[in-house]
Amino acid sequence: MLEFLKRIFNPEPSSVTARERLRLVLLSDHLALAPDVVESLKADLIAVISKYVDVDAAHCDVTFEQQESVVAMLANIPILGMKPAARAPRPAPPVLRQAQDDMPPPMIDTAPASAAIADAPDAPADAAVAPVAAAAPKPRRRRRRRASVNAAPAH
Amino acid sequence: MHTSSQLSAGYLREDPLPAAPPAQQPRGRCIVVTSGKGGVGKTTTTANVGVALASTGARVVLIDADVGLRNLDIVLGLEARVRHHVLDVLEGKAELDDALVSDKRVPTLKLLAASQTREKDDVDTTAFHAMVDQLRERFDYVLIDCPAGIEKGFQNAIVGADEAIIVCTPEVSAVRDADRVVGLLGDRVKITLIVNRLRPALVRRGKMLSVDDVNAILRLPLLGVIADEPGVIVSTNKGEPIALDAASPTGDAYRKIAGRIAGTDTSTPEIPREASFLDKLFGGQR
Amino acid sequence: MSARRIVVTSGKGGVGKTTTTANLGAALALRGKRVVLVDADIGLRNLDLVLGLEKRIVFDIVEVVEGRCQLRQALIKDKRFGEMLSVLPAAQTRDKTAVTENQFAKVIDDLAEMCDYAIIDCPAGIEHGFRNAVAGAREAIVVTTPEVSAIRDADRVIGKLNERGLPIRLVINRIRPDMVRSGDMLSVEDVCEILSAELLGIVPDDEDVIDTTNRGEPIALRAESRLAGIYEKIARRLEGEIVPFTQLNAPNFLSRFLGRKAG
Repeated sequence: MLEFLKRIFNPEPSSVTARERLRLVLLSDHLALAPDVVESLKADLIAVISKYVDVDAAHCDVTFEQQESVVAMLANIPILGMKPAARAPRPAPPVLRQAQDDMPPPMIDTAPASAAIADAPDAPADAAVAPVAAAAPKPRRRRRRRASVNAAPAH
Repeated sequence: MHTSSQLSAGYLREDPLPAAPPAQQPRGRCIVVTSGKGGVGKTTTTANVGVALASTGARVVLIDADVGLRNLDIVLGLEARVRHHVLDVLEGKAELDDALVSDKRVPTLKLLAASQTREKDDVDTTAFHAMVDQLRERFDYVLIDCPAGIEKGFQNAIVGADEAIIVCTPEVSAVRDADRVVGLLGDRVKITLIVNRLRPALVRRGKMLSVDDVNAILRLPLLGVIADEPGVIVSTNKGEPIALDAASPTGDAYRKIAGRIAGTDTSTPEIPREASFLDKLFGGQR
Repeated sequence: MSARRIVVTSGKGGVGKTTTTANLGAALALRGKRVVLVDADIGLRNLDLVLGLEKRIVFDIVEVVEGRCQLRQALIKDKRFGEMLSVLPAAQTRDKTAVTENQFAKVIDDLAEMCDYAIIDCPAGIEHGFRNAVAGAREAIVVTTPEVSAIRDADRVIGKLNERGLPIRLVINRIRPDMVRSGDMLSVEDVCEILSAELLGIVPDDEDVIDTTNRGEPIALRAESRLAGIYEKIARRLEGEIVPFTQLNAPNFLSRFLGRKAG
């Protein structure tokens, strides 16, 4: 009788719980058992991030952790500084004479880093990323500017 | 007195928790849960006896000695919280306190998980023994979940224990294997018996060995008898040890076993009875 | 023509490897195949017990490997099957380190010349005993029950077998249709999806298995038992036949009330 009532008020069958727990635990087990895959993933991750920042490759660490309902990758990647190419001044964006209201704003900010950022002290990054995906540069909305011949680069 | 392997292992650092000097504290008991035969309920027993003991306030640590095929974490529902394991501690890659997993449901219970990727041969038995001794200074009970078999995994698991619980099902293979293990343990430890997965209806019909049949061969003090209950499968599915279920007869059996271990329950173990008419009507051995 | 060499393994103990080995061997022998069953669980032997041959053991695999007897002398013929079924028992007073992988593989090679099927009953675990048992095999049957720990261990063992390139087929043992229906047990579909292995057989939980083990009679010999039919189908699938899986029904209200078996 109690089981019947329990089933009314707690509908998720235990087999569903079991399936989900097994999925996560086996994923954790498989990752732990494939150190070569993890090494390749780490190498690829460092290569991608190194396009934008200088990293301390010798002290990079990638681990996987089972969290509540997901297996998450945790990457600890010490950053030594911006890449010189990333710090170079970029050409001014083209002057737009047409009303910009007709066009959607570009999604990614392609303007170079400002002087303020370039002078910032080296900061170690401790990027906790979840779920399994490397951190991508965050897209920022551009503020619309009035058309101007001598527009200063935005940052 | 420490051997060099113990000194190189990282765990012999200062215990960060305040504790009374060892001389004033009674040393915890170390009990290995073993069987020889696999699949008879060692892990379920370790988990549930541990939970039942800790629910009375005792400080309990459960150690999974099944390197490579760990399951104590998943039976307890703590698999998502394991960060480090026994080998990490023995090899100095992690602090003992970082490896101990807490159970929110039972605050005085801790789990020390096994590695899933290494092998039983990787465990340094001497270092394991020293770690168990250290744990006995901090916990009232150290329960060790022994793997199936009688090889290195078994040898590691029994090394620090001075008591053993043999878990045996009423089946000829299990009894035979338990008998072998009793022989191997010899006089070095105090041994008790739990008969698991009894089906009283089959015993009555002569299709299953009785508790007396089992103990006629093993001749051990009986700690408890547990009837086969489908609820155990459900509890493992959910990761909720059945000893936490106040309504379950299996939970009750484990709580009584814990009481007998602690010395607070002096009753003789009951042999479970067959399910009654009403039990069958409502679908279960309740 | 050399025999098929199949290891029956699981990782988890107690899921039914020995029962599966014994009954599959019996079913194949009943179909006229010459079968040798090998107990690789040195130190904790049980294949002899399950088949009721424990009183007939004279020599064991360790004595063969150590040259103290010929291989043929150690084989016990099970008279219930004519000349078709033999057992090579394990030693009881040694442990798994008594035999190396190469020695075990050599024994299986020798056996393969004298039978159609050499089926190896693997011990629990993934250590020495497992490595020995797998050393002689060319195919694997992984046995699991629909329980979380068993599936986790089966997954681990499948990984190990994949490393060795052994083709794998799955037997799901002790399924309880009533519990699957109520959502209290993982289904066959769940297990197959999680383990991604080809299904060879589905064996329901059956209380008669305990009785037959007590008596040392493989259930495959009990023609009236539905399990006999199921093991026969597994044998046929192993031989390459396409055989539909037996429908397992959950017990209805009355059968549970009257205490009858499921299905």
